[in-house]
Amino acid sequence: MLIMRHELLLVIITVILLLVEIFLPDNRKHTIILPSILLFFIVTVLGFIPGPTGELFGGMYATTPLILTMKNILNLGVLIIFIQSVNWLKKIENKGKIGEYYLILLSTLIGMDYMISSGDFLMFYLGLELATIPLATLAAWERFKEKSAEAGVKLIFTSALSSGILLYGISMIYGTTGSVYFREVMGAFNATPLQVLAFIFFFAGMAFKIAIVPFHLWIADVYEGSPINITSYLSVISKGAAVFILMIILYTVFYKIALLWRDVLYVTSILTMTIGNLFAIRQRNIKRFLAFSSIAQAGFILLGLIGQSQLGMTTVIYFVLVYIFSNLGAFGVAGIISNVTGKESIDDYDGLYRTNPLLSLTMMLALFSLAGIPPVAGFFGKFFLFTAAAQKGLYLLVIIGVLNTIISLYYYLLVVKAMFLNTSDQPIAYFRSDAYSRIGLLMCVAGIVIIGFASPVYEFILSLSHGLY
Amino acid sequence: MFEGVPLTWFLIVATIMFFIGIYGFLVRKNLITILMSLELILNSVNINFVAFNKLLYPQHMEGMFFTVFVIAVAAAEASVAIAIIINIYRRLINIDVERIDEMKY
Repeated sequence: MLIMRHELLLVIITVILLLVEIFLPDNRKHTIILPSILLFFIVTVLGFIPGPTGELFGGMYATTPLILTMKNILNLGVLIIFIQSVNWLKKIENKGKIGEYYLILLSTLIGMDYMISSGDFLMFYLGLELATIPLATLAAWERFKEKSAEAGVKLIFTSALSSGILLYGISMIYGTTGSVYFREVMGAFNATPLQVLAFIFFFAGMAFKIAIVPFHLWIADVYEGSPINITSYLSVISKGAAVFILMIILYTVFYKIALLWRDVLYVTSILTMTIGNLFAIRQRNIKRFLAFSSIAQAGFILLGLIGQSQLGMTTVIYFVLVYIFSNLGAFGVAGIISNVTGKESIDDYDGLYRTNPLLSLTMMLALFSLAGIPPVAGFFGKFFLFTAAAQKGLYLLVIIGVLNTIISLYYYLLVVKAMFLNTSDQPIAYFRSDAYSRIGLLMCVAGIVIIGFASPVYEFILSLSHGLY
Repeated sequence: MFEGVPLTWFLIVATIMFFIGIYGFLVRKNLITILMSLELILNSVNINFVAFNKLLYPQHMEGMFFTVFVIAVAAAEASVAIAIIINIYRRLINIDVERIDEMKY
């Protein structure tokens, strides 16, 4: 029982919220907001309590302390998103849909948790689908906007195609090894051509989910069309969970063809970083801009995956943690501005510092962290990633990575310049954001600063990451 | 019923179905037809699983279970996709992908 406590707790609060949502009278539906956040906060805190780990259902479900840490990281991110989205949920057009938001979001989180701790491909597939199908309904949230429906249809079709490709790979793995359990597949794996082909199909499917170039084109449209709080969920939690499970499967199931997948990752990492960065430069919509920046960040994560070692694993998890805080900070500010004024273009940010200094400072900190400027957490995240890759002797890749960091610095600073240096005739007027948004942003800022200055976080993850081999 | 049919034949059928599905996904303009192409892809996977299970590893039922779950999940996927398509139809009175291009440029 206690081994599955993350998932069980989430299922329990989902059921509670479902019942409450059904029996609340229509005019009091908005009162569900605070209890949901509090319940989820309790779940997040309970998740941090150390407990037993092990396997269930004959190896279908497995957790290690490292996997528990991954789930806690995801929980933290979702908690911040819940707090940030209150202001948006209270808007008049979301009347009557508040409960659904929490239910759908929590069910995708359950799917991600099951996916991360899956011990066989069936569990992995079910978790993956539970994590992606409801997301399409979230992307198509705004029923009366064409853009939102367009985002939803693009998300559901690309994710269905990618899971089809992924399944085709899994079926070939099953055909050549006779099992779908990770452990037995790993034992029977002998790198025949069919298995290599199966790996290519599998990787292409996962590349769609993480939005690795050349499978990245859906991401900008989906991000732009969805409401901004859901975009942040897509770009941070969904992507983080997919990275975690890709890492686990590459390091365990495909361990024997590490030389092959290292080459694949090498090429895709360079492509993803470069193309993501180059396309981000010309974006004027803040959501599209952050979409391409998140593609570039996925390239950096791949760079860490190549350094297949204890250090590599630690750096990837640490980087995802930092990325959650920094990206949520950036999306938080963009979300507040979009909620209050409806403006989503970078040009509208001109002169923001004069009218809303605190928001601009938060945005600056988040963008600096994404770019990797020294005092904040993002610098250490990138630095460790490069160390992990350099340890394998991939100096060319590290140099390309550093060059890409410089390109990314250029476009992140463009936004900072717009806020601090540019002047505008009609800047966004001064406004006070509500308490929830403030708490959400404060958590992001605290995360960015504290993780940057405190090494225990990194050392804690390092001490756990050994159990996957 | 299928006694004596070699494994390769099943795999050839599945592969052809898979690539017809991919082709349809890329070429077709109607959203419902695209959804049908996706079902073709998933069904080709099902053929693969069942053929492998029946002919190579008849002692366990893992492939059959996988197929059952794939069918169930495909139904869920189709229902969500159709719901969104109906919403698009209400907005545009059309389900042609060429028309869903508001964010393309």
